[in-house]
Amino acid sequence: MSLVFAGVCSHAPGITGRAKRADPVVRDAFYARLHELRERLEAAKPDVLVIVAAEHFANFFMNNMPAYCMGLADEYEGPIEDEDWLAIRRTVVPGNAGLARRIITGMLADIDLSYAEEWKFDHGIMVPLNFLTPRYDLPVIPVNVNCQGPPLTTLERAYEFGRVLRRACDAQPERIALVGTGGISHWPATPDSGVINEAWDRQFLDRFINNRRAELIAYTDEETLRDAGQGGFEIRTFLTVAGATEGATGELLFYAPIPIFAVGCTVAQMAVQ
Amino acid sequence: MSLYYVQKLLYQLNRDPIVRKRFAADRDELLGEYSLTDEERTAIEDGDIGLLYVMGVNGQILMHYSALIGQEWDEYINAMKQGVADHGAVRGGLYTLLEDRDG
Repeated sequence: MSLVFAGVCSHAPGITGRAKRADPVVRDAFYARLHELRERLEAAKPDVLVIVAAEHFANFFMNNMPAYCMGLADEYEGPIEDEDWLAIRRTVVPGNAGLARRIITGMLADIDLSYAEEWKFDHGIMVPLNFLTPRYDLPVIPVNVNCQGPPLTTLERAYEFGRVLRRACDAQPERIALVGTGGISHWPATPDSGVINEAWDRQFLDRFINNRRAELIAYTDEETLRDAGQGGFEIRTFLTVAGATEGATGELLFYAPIPIFAVGCTVAQMAVQ
Repeated sequence: MSLYYVQKLLYQLNRDPIVRKRFAADRDELLGEYSLTDEERTAIEDGDIGLLYVMGVNGQILMHYSALIGQEWDEYINAMKQGVADHGAVRGGLYTLLEDRDG
């Protein structure tokens, strides 16, 4: 088959871990849109979910930091974080090593990526799965784009990675869903946690939803750090989804800053042509 | 360069229950495997989130470590603010590039 679904959502640990501290009206509106994204995902009847995340030192460290890595295992576990802190119970998540191997093999013809047969999920994957596959019954293939420890891959390459991922997916018989997860502007895990640049976020989302590649890759890391914080480096996951859906536009289902979640909470779906 | 080893130890504590057991049972032996200054070692043993932040530990590593040692969210955020108040600006790592938003 091919790619049958593409979307993005936020993954901040506060979304689950500090749920009780958020304004319930905004929080519940956000959750409702996440559930809608789940319903749309399920309606696409995927065999597997490729989730492009920006992990946070759960598996990869500065001793050997891949710019891109894909999971090549039949099962994963997570979260690594304290279960009560994240309010998500530790569990085993099914993978699909056979399909992952075919996708990786296909991609290596056009772009370099590493693979991992062992992978522990952190909030960057577990928070989205908590909403999108809450029974953990859809096999997952994790992808990591290093967004935490510079030097980082360029935005142009993140978009290209999405294009190459799409071609490799389209060559497979399975029905494949793709979800990118990351923050837009935010300053997570610093004393400025909770600061959100809504104007910057809305400009970025306009570029993303309309898939204007030239504008999406135009941000320099210096500008992103200044205007969107170090958390803004995670736009790379959005760019990979944009690259995988090049030529298509999307629908913004939800955006609102929720400071106690430390991010502008986002849910969007991209069309798959 | 020992900021690297501070982060490496915290990264491994965060993700690996076996390293956590060694930290509890054989702490001297475990810490001896990392190149740490006395200040770094004390900060880790005391769970001094504020000083570790000022040293430049990546916040994603530090946030998970804060959760591991059982800090509440406000306690964790305040610890970083107090660290900057007590020890000055962040000394190393990515956060030296961030603007001072408190002016």
